[in-house]
Amino acid sequence: MKTTELAIVGAGPAGVCAALEAASYGVKVTLIDRDDEIGGQLVKQTHKFFGWHEKSAGTRGIVISRNLAGSVEENASICFMGSTEALGYYKDDGVLLLETPQGIEKLKSGRLLIATGACEKMILFPGNDLPGVYGAGAVQTLMNVHGVKPGDSVLMIGSGNIGLIVSYQLVQAGVKLAALVEALPGIGGYAVHASKIRRLGIPIFTGYSIKEAYGTDCVEGAIIWQLDDNWQGIAGTEKDLNVDVVCLATGLTPLCEFLWQAGAGMAYVPALGGFVPLYDENMKTTVDGIYVAGDVAGIEEASTAMAEGRLAGLAIANSLGKVSAGEFLEKRRVSLEELEQLRAGPTGKAIVEGLAGLRGQMGKRVSV
Amino acid sequence: MESSEIRIKQHPILDFPERRKVRFYWEGKELLGYEGEPVASALHAAGIKVLHKSMKEGRSRGFFCAIGNCSSCLVIVDGVPNVRACTEKLRAGMRVEMQKGVGPALISKE
Repeated sequence: MKTTELAIVGAGPAGVCAALEAASYGVKVTLIDRDDEIGGQLVKQTHKFFGWHEKSAGTRGIVISRNLAGSVEENASICFMGSTEALGYYKDDGVLLLETPQGIEKLKSGRLLIATGACEKMILFPGNDLPGVYGAGAVQTLMNVHGVKPGDSVLMIGSGNIGLIVSYQLVQAGVKLAALVEALPGIGGYAVHASKIRRLGIPIFTGYSIKEAYGTDCVEGAIIWQLDDNWQGIAGTEKDLNVDVVCLATGLTPLCEFLWQAGAGMAYVPALGGFVPLYDENMKTTVDGIYVAGDVAGIEEASTAMAEGRLAGLAIANSLGKVSAGEFLEKRRVSLEELEQLRAGPTGKAIVEGLAGLRGQMGKRVSV
Repeated sequence: MESSEIRIKQHPILDFPERRKVRFYWEGKELLGYEGEPVASALHAAGIKVLHKSMKEGRSRGFFCAIGNCSSCLVIVDGVPNVRACTEKLRAGMRVEMQKGVGPALISKE
């Protein structure tokens, strides 16, 4: 069986930043991803990032992921295992089961960082399983990574930053946006993204949701309707849209299966996207040796994921006795301050409250 | 065959250089796609969206997440069932078929 000091599941922004930070203290890292490329979902983000960190603010996601990949390749302390799916975690032995291109392998590690990210939330409506109903991430992957348009005309559901950015990117790719609907009374994402959408003349319906998607074998159209104060559709307000794609940008939820398997304490925190692991100021879960960073620890942005990754990498190096006490405390202070800055906005406020709730529950186990 | 419009040719930020085209088969029908792109993307570019039929009701299924997470796009590739069309890379001569429900049992070549 292979062994390593630190195994990281997920080579997205959180996992890679943790790997680089830990490796900078001489920790031997095995970085695992089911994709063959480093960068996670950054590889399809053509927009420029905000963020506080001098290295990433104002840079496109595709450029950040290329830079991160370059840094990993140059680093002799990091072994990247691409096209490798982590299938499960055996908590009694601390062993990860991996499916590599060469076959099944086991990996035992001193420390484990789960940086698996998130997946899209589904919403309920008739026809939501028809081909043509795609997650916003899928639409980005298809058009921004593989250069294929998802369809001719799109109904976008959700006006958070993802809904706004993907709408804009669809127009850049030459696809028609039939409408963008938002169940809330106002647009959810940043004003800078929303004003781009408005300038493009995309019809925006706030206080609306999808009633149904229809079609024999694939989406041939969709009906939207206005919602009343109790989120119920109002008969007579329906609009029938001629679309072949319904794109869901209705939020993400953490991919935390490994943490359930590991027996980590979990809590349901809506502001963080659903079930999230309990973790402390070192990004450590309630299970000794298991850490988290990025969206799996609560849905936020890539800039936050990178900052959390650096913090987790530092804390892991420290737990292995590779950082002096003074340096650790000083760098952790800077890291926590950076996270505080990234969460300064109104969305950040709900996240900070959610995280405070998590801290309050540390040590307690939630069972479902 | 492939609509010329569905592949993005011009983009303000991204470049999509020409790649090697290969022949493959969908339900026995010959199609063209780019070597190394996901099977789902080659099929989508060829206008094929229904990849799978659901287990209980036989409802049509396509890809949903496109990153190997959700198992909505399971197909049969060269006789092997439960292959995710969204992450499987296209190879020349590949035979891809729609999977109905759990698909056929895989008989090992001993």
